[in-house]
Amino acid sequence: MNIYQENILDHYRNPRHYGTVPEPTFSIDEHNPLCGDQLHFEGRIEGRRLAELKFQGGGCAISMAAASILAERVQEKSLRELNTFSDADMLEALGVPLSPTRTKCGLLALSGVRKGLKQYTETNARN
Amino acid sequence: MFNPTSIKADFPILSRQVNNKPLTYLDNAATSQKPEAVLQAMDEFYRNHNANPNRGVHQLGEDATAQFESARQAIARFIGATDAKEVVFTKGTTEAINLFAHSWTKRHLPDGGVIVLTEMEHHANIVPWYLLAEERQLEIRFVKITDDGLLDLADLKQKLVGANVLSLAHVSNVLGTVNPVPQIAELAHDAGAIVVLDAAQSASRLPLDVKKFGVDFLAFSGHKMLGPTGIGVLWGRADQLAELPPFLGGGQMIQEVDLTHATYAEPPYRFEAGTMPVAEAVGLHAAIDYLSTLSMDSIATHEEELAAYAAERLNAMPGVTVYGPTNPALRIGLVSFTVDGVHAHDLATLLDQDGIAIRSGHHCAQPLHKVLGVAATARASFSVYNSQQDVDALITGIESAKKVFNAPAKTA
Repeated sequence: MNIYQENILDHYRNPRHYGTVPEPTFSIDEHNPLCGDQLHFEGRIEGRRLAELKFQGGGCAISMAAASILAERVQEKSLRELNTFSDADMLEALGVPLSPTRTKCGLLALSGVRKGLKQYTETNARN
Repeated sequence: MFNPTSIKADFPILSRQVNNKPLTYLDNAATSQKPEAVLQAMDEFYRNHNANPNRGVHQLGEDATAQFESARQAIARFIGATDAKEVVFTKGTTEAINLFAHSWTKRHLPDGGVIVLTEMEHHANIVPWYLLAEERQLEIRFVKITDDGLLDLADLKQKLVGANVLSLAHVSNVLGTVNPVPQIAELAHDAGAIVVLDAAQSASRLPLDVKKFGVDFLAFSGHKMLGPTGIGVLWGRADQLAELPPFLGGGQMIQEVDLTHATYAEPPYRFEAGTMPVAEAVGLHAAIDYLSTLSMDSIATHEEELAAYAAERLNAMPGVTVYGPTNPALRIGLVSFTVDGVHAHDLATLLDQDGIAIRSGHHCAQPLHKVLGVAATARASFSVYNSQQDVDALITGIESAKKVFNAPAKTA
């Protein structure tokens, strides 16, 4: 199966939730040095919910489409829901079969969002 | 007459299909495929001669020793060395450079010593030096490359002032640039530095002649030159090797061991601790014989022509940027490029669906990609079995990849 389905290409060409968040409660970079893919996530958490998430960056079609699809999925979700969003959920959301090497591209965004949530949790724990 | 099509028939893997398409293998700078002769030599070794060389006095031990040492002699001839004792077996270029960096530095490098590298080095010729810099006081300098992907010789001269070691690639694994080694070695020696040549990308593409090059050490890998993985070579001038301490300790590399200390064997055995990859050495010997039969001069012409053809075809495509020297005479064996709007990984995945194998990413040369200002490139790299038809298949594949992504036309 061709992994470059119209849905993937559409998210790659027209990424959703691309940009920055006013007054973010977390701001984090995630990159894959092996590919050179760079993603930046900003999010605002309000009352244990992810009120808004946006991303910026550049990379291959798979990593960019994954970031866009993930951004759609996580808006307004509770932290509890976000914490249970698994790698398998991410790959299922992408909906195309990825080889082991390309799976890294597909999971880069999720790794970034997890880092962002961790940053938020750690910052809040200290405050 | 050099005929890639008939050569291709000697490589069993090249007749397989990938994604129901004939395989077009263009990732030779990463590793080359192996001819039947190499596979048979290794198979024959394991079936009839396998033993630990330079140890047992039984027949198989004698067989293994003879074949192992015969491989060493063939390699010495292949690189123009006078003495096979100057040929140290390693597991590859990476280990060879680590061996050199570790042992030479330990014996010779003063505190604050200067190591000169270039911006076009593979990580294998950067990271060993960074590791040493964590333990020793040393200065690492990088010689710049020009906009045309050539080594900046004026900058080289400046960086060589006060240098102890110049370690550089013969052929860049990203740009395909062929560095003018005899000239560079002379500059380095005039400045009092010794010269280490990373021949990983040139050993399969250019005649090697350590005397003509005037270098002090030379490193290369078997698997990039039609031989097996797990075997490589560090060649060193006899007088230089004689002074170096061992890198790894173990069996074979010793003269005598008692309960308090050990004395070390003469080169090359001093640097060959433990049981060596003997079948791999036998395989490399067969690979060298195969390359020599084709003639390294003919291979060089073939690799230069193919790289020139690929660069020309790619340059003619809108939206494609080719990196490296514009003068085809200064480039060999490979072409790295980017396609506007199509990430290198996506291009590689799409080409794979057409049975075409290329490399995408930074090719273990992240500093160079920073200099080039790109995160990732696509790379097509050639070997003896590649032909213009393979380049044509690549071009067709890129065309259809561009269609998938609707890549924008190049803006003039």
